[in-house]
Amino acid sequence: MIIKNKTVVNDDWYVLRLGENDTPETVQVPTGKIIVPLQVWQAQRDTLQARAQLGVWLGSAERAEDLQHDLGRFAVIAVDFPKFADGRGYSIAYHLRVRLGYQGELRAIGDVLRDQMFYMQRAGFDAFAPRADKDIHEALKGLSDFSVTYQASADEAQPLFRRVSRRGQP
Amino acid sequence: MYRYDAFDHRITAERVAQFRDQVRRRLSGELSEDEFRILRLQNGLYMQIHAYMLRIAVPYGLVSAAQMRMFAHIARKYDRGYGHFTTRQNIQFNWLKLQDAPDALADLASVEMHANQTSGNCIRNITSDEFAGVARDEIADPRPYAEILRQWSTFHPEFAYLPRKFKFAITGAVNDRAAIAVHDIGLQVVKNAQGEVGFRVLVGGGLGRTPIIGVEICDFVSWQHIITYVESIVRVYNEYGRRDNIYKARIKILVKALGIEEFKRQVEEDWQFTKDGPCTITQAELDRVSAYFVAPAYAQLSDMATASDHPAFNRWCERNVKPHKVPGYVSVVLSLKRTGIAPGDATAEQMDAAAELAERFSFGELRITHMQNLVLADVKQSDLPDLWEAARKLGMATANIGLLTDMICCPGGDFCTLANARSIPLAKAIAECFDDLDFQHDIGDIEINISGCINACGHHHVGHIGILGVDKDGEEWYQIQLGGAQGNEARLGKVIGRSFSFEQMPEVIARLLQVYVRERYDDERFIDTVRRLGIDPFKAEVYGTPIEAEEELRGPGYGLVGDVTPYATPYYSPRF
Repeated sequence: MIIKNKTVVNDDWYVLRLGENDTPETVQVPTGKIIVPLQVWQAQRDTLQARAQLGVWLGSAERAEDLQHDLGRFAVIAVDFPKFADGRGYSIAYHLRVRLGYQGELRAIGDVLRDQMFYMQRAGFDAFAPRADKDIHEALKGLSDFSVTYQASADEAQPLFRRVSRRGQP
Repeated sequence: MYRYDAFDHRITAERVAQFRDQVRRRLSGELSEDEFRILRLQNGLYMQIHAYMLRIAVPYGLVSAAQMRMFAHIARKYDRGYGHFTTRQNIQFNWLKLQDAPDALADLASVEMHANQTSGNCIRNITSDEFAGVARDEIADPRPYAEILRQWSTFHPEFAYLPRKFKFAITGAVNDRAAIAVHDIGLQVVKNAQGEVGFRVLVGGGLGRTPIIGVEICDFVSWQHIITYVESIVRVYNEYGRRDNIYKARIKILVKALGIEEFKRQVEEDWQFTKDGPCTITQAELDRVSAYFVAPAYAQLSDMATASDHPAFNRWCERNVKPHKVPGYVSVVLSLKRTGIAPGDATAEQMDAAAELAERFSFGELRITHMQNLVLADVKQSDLPDLWEAARKLGMATANIGLLTDMICCPGGDFCTLANARSIPLAKAIAECFDDLDFQHDIGDIEINISGCINACGHHHVGHIGILGVDKDGEEWYQIQLGGAQGNEARLGKVIGRSFSFEQMPEVIARLLQVYVRERYDDERFIDTVRRLGIDPFKAEVYGTPIEAEEELRGPGYGLVGDVTPYATPYYSPRF
């Protein structure tokens, strides 16, 4: 189960993570709906691009720009949060959406928790795989913590001062 | 001052509700302490030695009388009757209970205040010049820009989990009173040849373990572009700042590693995507926010002589009264540095009384200074005698602003889990030793800054005399730095040599001052004598003969501050 478009839905994608003895070049990518690490995509693209359905995920130290010319090839792009306190994934998502114009599913994976999901959603994520030990229905509530925001981001191109008329009386 | 509109109120209320729910989930065990810690920090809640500490944001140091009264209310209802004003112009309370924090935040929201992002690895409260809007050397009032940046940085979705904390300071004056060179981003209002307002942008300054003076990344960013420009700085930092080592995670390390030219290239490459885009500040928005900072209804007055036949009053005017751009008005610093109290502390009664003084004498507003005092910015010269009498009764008229006992001091080992040594009792010991105001006025301008550990909350690197608490085999020792300065000539002090015990410290200060008194030219300030002579003569004097420890300062019981009885064991902390 994941959260997608603010709803809990079934999910049959499998996230491939490299084991200690795996290398991007030699790891066997199972058949079916697989989200592969960026490095595996880069190493095995000749065979992988023949697949009907493929996903890719970026680590927090990797760059959105590395997918610049391949965005249309994936049914899902995921960004991994190794720890919830690692905030690089927010900028990766922002770049994918705003700079590179990616419009497909953008999924947060890894240490994904309710209390960060509002920001994740703003930065461009529309799908969330909350950590397995957490109640996904509880996590869903995190997406509605705020009903108004000050600044622009991937979800909202205009800052508040351009969105609304702010006429407080001094 | 800025007033919330319906949107500000809604965002603040939703934040309180969010945190209330997070506290509930922590108390029910749904959230682990690891998961909760970062959430509470971003709501200003630290866990200190005795209890939780709540740090409340005071945007650019400006508060209304009603907000000051709310601090008094928080002190009485949730704390132990006092609060501590900090070097970042905030106020913190030391004795909070976790379960009370949401109510305290709701009370604050009722007067348009919050504790958002006063801790954690995010963009912190933005500090500014305590004389903004009234200073004679002001180019433009920085507060509208500070407020616009406050809103931009509040819950910015990309920048809540930066590699490390991120501090802005902004000044609009010729003389920097906001210490912009020791902030992650320092903004200085400037005008270009066409008279247009913009910012000189400094980046990568900071104190702490690796003190660095900020460097200029751009000499002029016009005001319309300041959001997009700083956003690009923070974005590059978020992407490339080090996350493998907490001590190397501040932006200053990244700027040093890349070099300012390469860092600037990356920032401006990012900026090309957003420059002139929707985040460009509109004239309408600047006008809207600026309207909250128009000058109050000053009376038509002319400057008058303030000298009286009362020497103590004259002395107070000399030190605590500052020039104002409007004739007949002055700004007054209410000292929170009376000998015997923790520097920057105020009781609930003093807060209430200060609020009343603000209403009576200064259009109902106060400022908090990064030197940990209060300011009434708009006082009629003719009101000075009455204000002095009133402030004296409250213990807030010590004529020591800029003098030896006007020390910056962190909470130190009495409260803080990070501290290696006590700061407040040391400040007390030094103040008691040099309490005599004749002596202090003779010494003149001098800044003594005390930090209880390397994190430098007491800004010891930029004190004329900087004192750093260090730990040696579990004992507290103090290292001396000399020659640091803040402001336009910001520089870092030099360590003079091996450290001293608590009991030796007053004599160490005395010896440093003896060298100054012996060597100074007529009107030369302490810092200028240090710059002229270097540290060697001071070193020679301090280390020349052994220093006896002062017996009366012995023992950890010296200088205990107020009631430090711990709470009965709460379940949420293994430390209690």
